[in-house]
Amino acid sequence: MGIEMIKPGLLTTVQDFGRTGYQKLGISPSGALDRKAMILANLLVANSAGEAVLEITMMGPELRFTADNFVAVTGGDLSPVLNGAPMPRYAAIPVKDGDVLSFGPAKSGCRAYLAFAGGLKLPVVMGSKSTNLKCGFGGYGGRKLQAGDAIAFSSPKKELPFFPLRTLEAPSFGGETILRVILGPQEDAFTEEGVRTFFEETYQVTPRFDRMGCALDGPVVECRDKADIISDGIPAGAVQIPSSGKPIIMLADRQTTGGYTKIGTVASVDLSLLAQCRPGDSVRFQRISVGEAQKLLRKETKKLSKLNRYLNE
Amino acid sequence: MQEPRILMAGDSALTVEFGNEISEEINGKVLALGRALRQSGLKGITETIPTYRSLLICYDPCVIRYSSLKRKVSRLANHLGSAASGAGRIVEIPVCYGGEFGEDLPDVAAHAGMAEDDVVRIHSSKNYLIYMLGFLPGFAYLGGMDPRIATPRLKTPRVKIPAGSVAIGGEQTGIYPIASPGGWRLIGSTPVKPYDPNREDPILYRAGDRIRFVPVPREEYLRIHSLSEKGEYQCVVREGGSSDGD
Repeated sequence: MGIEMIKPGLLTTVQDFGRTGYQKLGISPSGALDRKAMILANLLVANSAGEAVLEITMMGPELRFTADNFVAVTGGDLSPVLNGAPMPRYAAIPVKDGDVLSFGPAKSGCRAYLAFAGGLKLPVVMGSKSTNLKCGFGGYGGRKLQAGDAIAFSSPKKELPFFPLRTLEAPSFGGETILRVILGPQEDAFTEEGVRTFFEETYQVTPRFDRMGCALDGPVVECRDKADIISDGIPAGAVQIPSSGKPIIMLADRQTTGGYTKIGTVASVDLSLLAQCRPGDSVRFQRISVGEAQKLLRKETKKLSKLNRYLNE
Repeated sequence: MQEPRILMAGDSALTVEFGNEISEEINGKVLALGRALRQSGLKGITETIPTYRSLLICYDPCVIRYSSLKRKVSRLANHLGSAASGAGRIVEIPVCYGGEFGEDLPDVAAHAGMAEDDVVRIHSSKNYLIYMLGFLPGFAYLGGMDPRIATPRLKTPRVKIPAGSVAIGGEQTGIYPIASPGGWRLIGSTPVKPYDPNREDPILYRAGDRIRFVPVPREEYLRIHSLSEKGEYQCVVREGGSSDGD
């Protein structure tokens, strides 16, 4: 067996890297919002980087283990507690049949990731175990987890190689978040003043922040005319400016096409930072070239594969 | 036609835009670029999303860099053959019109000032080009509906339109692949599932295909519906076609 949900928490879903190749059919990619945290959780328990994990939002669940295994919690600090005692984050932790994992107050960040050595036994739909909440498929029954749900481990581990090495420094979240943005595809739709406002002013994360997108509040980004565009494809991290002039950043469960103008796209490496923001947090945008953003992404990918080799080869 | 424009869409995607209007010619270019990319075997492209007038190309910058991809894509985009209209397939979608299956058909007929049968005849006598899929899984943006049967959207949208509903909204027509809120006028319903996440091919059609609505009576609707539920119904699919009738 594996895990049994006692309390589901606010929004706990199964996620991995998401689906590739189905956006042309109108199907969102889904997948973990903080991909870096998901990858680290998996590497800590000797999984491949994209094994399915639980994405836990703000108020964590309470769950019982029904088999021995190793787990790791990464991402935001939602105060994980194992059998009543604080559980270290960013470390592989052995759990026994009957142990109870719960979460307390959200100390920093917004989303935690819980990985299980050997993964979760769930069907692969369109190449992924990620939950698509809008369409109701993937993950566990196509929905967020509820009390009583039980998911089996695929191949739980009795031991992990190099166990003492399996701990990392936990990053800290909070304060003002800087998101680097590549201008385009519709930067022409905005006045010079509008682009300046976008990069110089501070925006606040609103409560309209879910897996589809993050709506911000702040100074209006002025556009040349109010017209929307003929619908086109929306990449991850696209910053839409609807007629309100307030940015919306499009995330994993976004609609695949849309008619709002997009002033820019958040650099891939910074989407993990955004995933840890909370309503009320301040966000600033900083311009970056596509070459620079790609360099950062390659650097991060290299760093993660180095860690993988160090722990798991 | 204007030169294709390559637009920045972040560090892992770029947009190739062929124009700024909705036309079969421009859309044909979008789809032709998608095919050319597939045939080129270019490494690092993860997926493409065709829309009315542009193609979003998603790629892995660890495999191919922006500057290199831009050069290659731009060469392909500037050397597309004449937009291959008629390259897509024709997918026949059976529809039971009116009555309990399309409760707004009387309103559409009244608005058009014609009999319900005439609305059905006009609606089912065209091969509608699928410009793009989006909004919902498998929601097809269709072109070319006869303006005589255009009907304004409902003033108050329905909270839930059942999956399989065939509807008219303004000058557009379409099929609701999953239950969804919406303000389009329901004129019929198809017994087939345009979208089924558990099917090998989750969506029945692609951008560039054409949809032909084929009227069926109630008994036939029920027969196809029960086959469809068991995964035993195959839509009729024909190769090649244009927007004119047969």
